[in-house]
Amino acid sequence: MTNKRVLLIEDEPNIIEAIRFILSRDGWRVDTHSDGSTALDAIRARVPDLVILDVMLPNKSGYDILCELRETTDVQDVPVLMLTARGQKKDRELAERLGVSKFMTKPFSNGEILSTVRELAG
Amino acid sequence: MEKDIKQAELAQRCSISASYLNLIEHNRRKIGGGLLLKIAQALDVDPAMFSETAEVELARSLEAAASAFSFTNPERDRAQELAGRFPGWARLIFAQQAELGRLQQVVERLGDRLTHDPFLSASMHNVLSSVTAIRSASAILANGGEIEPEWEARFHRNIFEDSQRLTDATETLVRYLDNENGPAEGSLPQDELDAWLANQGWRIEALEREPAAQLDTILDAADDLTTAAARDIAASFLRRYQDDVRLLPEASLLSALSETQDALQLAANFALPLPVIFRRLATVSKDSLPEGNPFGLVACDGSGTLTVRKPLPEFTLPRYGACCPFWPLFQSLQTPLTPVMQIVALSGQDKADFRTIAFAEKSYPLGWDGPATLQAWMLFQPVIEPDASRLRVGISCRVCAEQNCVARREPSVFA
Repeated sequence: MTNKRVLLIEDEPNIIEAIRFILSRDGWRVDTHSDGSTALDAIRARVPDLVILDVMLPNKSGYDILCELRETTDVQDVPVLMLTARGQKKDRELAERLGVSKFMTKPFSNGEILSTVRELAG
Repeated sequence: MEKDIKQAELAQRCSISASYLNLIEHNRRKIGGGLLLKIAQALDVDPAMFSETAEVELARSLEAAASAFSFTNPERDRAQELAGRFPGWARLIFAQQAELGRLQQVVERLGDRLTHDPFLSASMHNVLSSVTAIRSASAILANGGEIEPEWEARFHRNIFEDSQRLTDATETLVRYLDNENGPAEGSLPQDELDAWLANQGWRIEALEREPAAQLDTILDAADDLTTAAARDIAASFLRRYQDDVRLLPEASLLSALSETQDALQLAANFALPLPVIFRRLATVSKDSLPEGNPFGLVACDGSGTLTVRKPLPEFTLPRYGACCPFWPLFQSLQTPLTPVMQIVALSGQDKADFRTIAFAEKSYPLGWDGPATLQAWMLFQPVIEPDASRLRVGISCRVCAEQNCVARREPSVFA
């Protein structure tokens, strides 16, 4: 069991509930945030061990958040698992160029997300 | 960077992507803190090794800028001298180079957004998000383990909500893809005719006002009909429309509608063939109907190819490919000259049922010497009171969620 923190930045309430349940059951502490424009502030306010970041968020895209995060000294090395409904090669390449740690397309399996979180922050 | 380990392996050890590591190596990303320590640890070197004098670093940045704009032939061998003598100018060049890289990324991100159809992108996002939530919640429930009753109830509720959302999102998407105003507009002559008729509200006002109006004049004003093939089928459509108006003028039809909307009854009252009544009812605007309940109309030839397509908002018609074989339209082909009435429910839609009447007519355009031709018509209208004995049908196999359908030709995208 771990006591590490994951910050889930996602705006779909039912996806939030499912991921929160899966990770909490595995011992992770899960905080959530839904607004793209204040996501970076939320990360900086309490630096998590891992950020799970959706691409399509209200007010600011996950790509923009990732880009800013990697330019911000105090949080630039936080691992980021990016979730997206758009899994084209160029989406993945863009995310990788911006510094994503892992890129995962929706729909994903519960086992897949759990093992990736363990791999990145376990 | 000296490598005893591969770049990909180093990136994995540091929980970053290989491309991001590549950017760090080429001084396009600055690092510090934990990541620097991780990289040093992974390479088994002293972190101080990464620290260089500001001057050398600046000179290296100038070298990178020179490589990006090599056509300006900068004096590369004097980069360190420039950094030493004019550090402010050197920093300016470096800052401009960094800003250029950032702007390139912004342009790339914006360009990426623009290359996607925003509506399509949003619809697909809705569909995939719903599927993701359903998949996760159902796996939690299905895989056992201890779940508190409160959570269990919550996931059941979430699955229900998301399946409803999925249905709505899919319907919207299908309607968009099949709509005549969609991206594939006007690719076939029939599409051009349908788009033109949709713009007219499926009525030809000139003929309603004056049945003897010149068809050529109407066609000349139809700018939407750009191809000769589309104008040709439009001319046939107008000739039939003109005949219909002469047989049953609008004033007579509207007057009769206050008594009954039943097509069979109207056909008997006016002593006209059912297809004429169907076609005339399909031209009546929603506002002129007693209950504001409009009629849709579809026709096909003996091969099942649709030749008339007037959809309703909840009853879309496939743009390409074949329709559901359970439509009464096709059933009527098996029993020409016999009207078929059936209440149908569209698969995946619980919002409305439809009362359909289908009728197939047989004709002999070439007399005794030629083959007979078949044409079937189906008039449909939403019914307010759902019928328990309704028949479940789809639009087409591709977008039909009905499982175990004996008439399925191809897998559904929902399978």
